[in-house]
Amino acid sequence: MNWGRVWTIAAKEFTQFFRDHRTVGATVLMPILQVILYGYLSSDIKHQPTIAWDLSQTAESRQFLDALTNSQYFSITFRAQSMRDVVRHIDDGQALAGIVIPPDYATLLHRKQQPQVMVAVDASDATAAQTALSVAEAVGTNISHTLQIQQLRLQGANIPRIGVDVRARAWYNPGLRQEVFIVPGVLALVMQFTMTFLSMSTIVRERELGTLEQLIVSPIRSSELMLGKMIPIMTIGYINVTMILLFAVFWFGVPVAGSVVFLYLTVFVFFFTTVGLGTFVSTIAKTYIQAIQLIQFFLLPSMLLSGFIFPVDAMPKVMQWLAYLVPLTYFLAIVRGIIIKGVGIDYLWPQVLMLLAFGMVVFTTAVLRFRKRID
Amino acid sequence: MNGSAAPTIRADALTKRFGDFVAVSDVSFEIRAGEIWGFLGPNGAGKSTTIRMLCGVLSPTSGSAEVLGFDVARDPEEVKLRIGYMAQGSSLWNDLSVQEHLRFYAGLFGLAGTKREDAISHWLKRLDLYGQRARLAGTLSGGYRKRLALACTLLHEPQMVFLDEPTSGVDPLSRREFWDIIVALAEAGTTVLVTTHYLDEAEHCNDLALIYDGKIVASGTPESLKRDARNGITAEILSPDTVRVLDAIETQPFVASAGLYGSALHVCIRERDGLDRLSQFLQEHAIPVDSIAQVTPSLEDVFASLVGKR
Repeated sequence: MNWGRVWTIAAKEFTQFFRDHRTVGATVLMPILQVILYGYLSSDIKHQPTIAWDLSQTAESRQFLDALTNSQYFSITFRAQSMRDVVRHIDDGQALAGIVIPPDYATLLHRKQQPQVMVAVDASDATAAQTALSVAEAVGTNISHTLQIQQLRLQGANIPRIGVDVRARAWYNPGLRQEVFIVPGVLALVMQFTMTFLSMSTIVRERELGTLEQLIVSPIRSSELMLGKMIPIMTIGYINVTMILLFAVFWFGVPVAGSVVFLYLTVFVFFFTTVGLGTFVSTIAKTYIQAIQLIQFFLLPSMLLSGFIFPVDAMPKVMQWLAYLVPLTYFLAIVRGIIIKGVGIDYLWPQVLMLLAFGMVVFTTAVLRFRKRID
Repeated sequence: MNGSAAPTIRADALTKRFGDFVAVSDVSFEIRAGEIWGFLGPNGAGKSTTIRMLCGVLSPTSGSAEVLGFDVARDPEEVKLRIGYMAQGSSLWNDLSVQEHLRFYAGLFGLAGTKREDAISHWLKRLDLYGQRARLAGTLSGGYRKRLALACTLLHEPQMVFLDEPTSGVDPLSRREFWDIIVALAEAGTTVLVTTHYLDEAEHCNDLALIYDGKIVASGTPESLKRDARNGITAEILSPDTVRVLDAIETQPFVASAGLYGSALHVCIRERDGLDRLSQFLQEHAIPVDSIAQVTPSLEDVFASLVGKR
């Protein structure tokens, strides 16, 4: 290994990288854009615009609507005068939920009968609908219990405080903030994207230019060339990680619970997979465009399978097996483990080991292909 | 290397196949140290493929090659340290400046410090690139791109230089300048293998090889090639209607090849008595001719007759 030659290549790559303002812009702005987009778009399913048609117009019916509002999941933004109003608002998407309280609501309550309240939600987005429905049901049950107890007390019954007191605690993310979950995921996603894209051009661009032949005729060895090309890519990778972390902490207020040093070490482990993959694609593609098309076959499924959006545990079995074949799945688990839970190698060693194994296989394949194309 | 005894290059039955296509077939030759060795042939004849095998870019399907005493297949690194290669196509980074290119190649060949700066400024001046040194290669004209490529090739003072069509796309004045440099290199002891399309340039070479369809069809000094008896007689015909003459004689069995040469017509004739038969033929067919004379063939004639025979 001749370090002078490695540095010569690295210096050339740096010069070219910083000379191309578009690449610099894309590499620096892309992560920030993604963090902001995902960070804000992932906000909770709270304050759903709701239309209420209160036919009862009593203190009791208002109490019910207040309870829904207080849950923070509904905000009653429209008042309907007819069922057609309700349907129209949900149809055109202005409201995501409709509440209809019948005219005899209060009367039935006083007669100790069960009035029916209709809660209709727009279930196009199943997750949001699910949440809204559960909250509405819980509000209803709660009101029923309170009324029952009040009634029994009025009748002179001495009601002891019995029942299960569920004290729910949201560990690691006490505020139940979505961005705490999503932003570390974006870090993993951006890493995979930037690293594969940058390393994808290593061989194929030089081949397109005709400069690869000049490099082959020079005394440089394939290992020196590959290392010289990887050093700038990794540097940019670390700059990206740092930028995203700073954004996470100071913009979104997502604290890093675990060790940053450990995080940076696992990022290095992940380089073997991403840089290896990009380099591999670079050695099989004839043109850069072709390389981009090839890499899409991998990048999109790996994002969907990794658990970035859909939790792996909730996937069908076959999909889970596929998910475990995606290196990003492990890196995602590691990054979330470190940033959100604050755990270290004592808990994350299985994931780190798997990531290392994937990295070794992918990287070795890439190096062998690289050498064959060069020597 | 130890003097004149060992050749700088020894190619032994080099063959390269790409699938069913035979690009280079059983090519053997030797190049002596300090020689300018010209490699001629039409596009696709196998020149570049042969050079790329000699530089270690392509591995031969069969055969072997020794460059500067090293077997290319066994010691490619030793060979690569000592040679310079200028590819036919563009081989520059459009987003790097002239100076950055030279610094890069200096780094690859381990030149550093004052040695590096001296070499760079020497070639910048020698190839008239000094005024362009800060310009990006992508903004240079074709001629300057060739100059830069040549500078990158010669920067590390290689003992053996491969120049694949160094003057294609270069204006006539610069061509002469390039050849001045090539001749000076050879005089200083560097061995040069050069390919060219321009047959006038081939006259600068000490030795020539003509390659056609992957095979070497003739070799020797420019003079010996022209003298070669196999080429028969070359006749120069001046006529008010050269095109008519050409049409009439082209298909005759005693004519090896015929082609326009300036305003005259050059005809290669196989038989010894061909000249008489030619004048007889022209008289019989009442084709007006001003003069017929035997001339020393140009390389173009040699080339045309060799290729025409096939």
